Amino acid sequence: MSEVVAARGWHAWLTAEAPASRLQARLVNAYATSLGFLRNPLALIGLAIVIALLLIAAAAPLLAHASPEAQDLSLRLRPPDATHWFGTDELGRDIYSRVLYGARITLGIVTLVVLIVAPLGLFIGCVAGYRGGMLDAVLMRITDVFLAFPRLILALAFVAALGPGIENAVIAISLTAWPPYARIARAETLILRDSDFINAARLLGASWPRIVFLHVMPLCLSSVIVRVTLDMAGIILTAAGLGFLGLGAQPPSPEWGAMISTGRKYILDQWWVAAFPGLAICLVSLGFNLLGDGLRDVLDPKQR
Amino acid sequence: MAGSRPRALKLGGAALRLAGTVVLTIFGLLLVTFLIGRVVPIDPVLAAVGDRAPAEVYQRVRSELGLDQPLYIQFFRYVSAVLHGDLGRSVLTSNPVLTDIKRFFPATLELATTATLMGVLIGIPLGVAAAVRQNRWPDQVIRVLGLLGYSVPVFWLGLMGLVLFYARLGWVAGPGRLDVFYEDVVDPRTGVILIDSALAGNWQVFSNAIQHLILPASILGYFSLAYVSRMTRSLMIEQLRQEYVVTARVKGLSEARIVWRHALGNVMVPLVTVVALSYANLLEGSVLTETVFAWPGLGQYITNSLLNVDMNAVLGGTLMVGVVYLVLNLFSDLLYRVFDPRAR
Repeated sequence: MSEVVAARGWHAWLTAEAPASRLQARLVNAYATSLGFLRNPLALIGLAIVIALLLIAAAAPLLAHASPEAQDLSLRLRPPDATHWFGTDELGRDIYSRVLYGARITLGIVTLVVLIVAPLGLFIGCVAGYRGGMLDAVLMRITDVFLAFPRLILALAFVAALGPGIENAVIAISLTAWPPYARIARAETLILRDSDFINAARLLGASWPRIVFLHVMPLCLSSVIVRVTLDMAGIILTAAGLGFLGLGAQPPSPEWGAMISTGRKYILDQWWVAAFPGLAICLVSLGFNLLGDGLRDVLDPKQR
Repeated sequence: MAGSRPRALKLGGAALRLAGTVVLTIFGLLLVTFLIGRVVPIDPVLAAVGDRAPAEVYQRVRSELGLDQPLYIQFFRYVSAVLHGDLGRSVLTSNPVLTDIKRFFPATLELATTATLMGVLIGIPLGVAAAVRQNRWPDQVIRVLGLLGYSVPVFWLGLMGLVLFYARLGWVAGPGRLDVFYEDVVDPRTGVILIDSALAGNWQVFSNAIQHLILPASILGYFSLAYVSRMTRSLMIEQLRQEYVVTARVKGLSEARIVWRHALGNVMVPLVTVVALSYANLLEGSVLTETVFAWPGLGQYITNSLLNVDMNAVLGGTLMVGVVYLVLNLFSDLLYRVFDPRAR
């Protein structure tokens, strides 16, 4: 390895036609993938927006001008100016600071939903696809039922049963979001099920959980990751919709959908109260959509 | 015509299988709404009799409501009640839920239909133009529309639309379906105000209704437009690559005829399924749009009931939306099977 690198540089090593080791093969693959990604300007913009979201969420206390809950009734409903960049709301709170803190809530919601939904869907899909038969039929019928409701309306019904609040919103969104993952994972599993390496594992006496967890699931991951990124915007919009209807995060939490909901009362004269949180939602969703499109192009050329 | 009988048989078999799936799915929908109704933290008996009722009254009402029965018997009763058109009574309006749904649904239908029409009438020509001349302006327009359509919250767009077109420019009327003094003027024969007022020949009400409808329908129609134009584009691109297009060109057919007659004719069937799906998806958008525009439709009915913990109304409305969604999906699927020989 070191002789090749010394003689022809890292680039040659990373683009080698015939990798000499497993590590090199993986790195060659990763290098080609990331090059493909870097050539897509829109995907890079998406990546930049998502990284900015992460940074803003982490550094909200440093960037904010005031505490998101600090009220000053003498400064109610001020239009945007030099001190209050996005204006102030009905309790004189600085909207710019609230939007920054709202990034934490949004990020928290999507992270939680994805952590619940992706493993669940992956598990159900892989088991259904690999085991087949009755189990497959039952699991897929359940999936169909969940897909037969529009997502937001089903989430509304779940929130109605569980009660409003941010934790329940996360549960409700998760309950409505897993079926597509199960579908994807099942489709991938059906293709893999009869391949030679799976048959080899079976002949060696591997149990089905071992095959599903160690051999099938890892190969379904890339499709699931693509789907997760493309789904992020949908999750953000659903969470904001629940917040807007007063069923998600509750005031005084600076959740963007809930902020738009309060801004609605002042919309005709003080447009900025609702406008800026909405812009934040647009920007973040757009970022995830661009990133997801880019990832799909490099990771999953079949779906292009 | 020799092969027509087995083909018809095959189609019949497919229809049967489809019917089986539908029955199973409706059963599943009922199970989901039933279970959601059971996990509600409020006690329906307490809600009916109040906190101070003596224990024997509580027990009597409990057994009247069938809540002392095992869960599967309760479910069976629920299913048979729903199949008889009994969705329970709404606490909020004190009407049977089905009556409420009949009253609120036409408003949603009016909004979603107008929106879909807008999406189709603009979206299909735009998609065709983009496919004919790839990477020119219609193509870019579609790309941007699509990206924004997946990123903008519909309720926020509605609010901003109200600020701009109603408050600032005054081009359209505000929230609601009609101005207050036009309400209850025309006889609600269908519940769709545009049709009712036209039937009554009351053009003043008709034009007022259009002024109220135009903004929410455009907002929803935008999402339909984004989806329909994207799908039209990709379907048309696929068709224009086919060999019959080359043959048609060689034969000297005009480009317009090739595009609009031959290629578009071939994508009509998949396009109808696209439109049906986008129509179904508008049901979802209408929940939020109706809230923003105070539009008295099914979506607003569901959310209002929700905020007042009126479970019968919420579950009845949810079930209704689920069934409509299912029927639209089924319709597009059937259409596909009937008109596309490859899917048979």
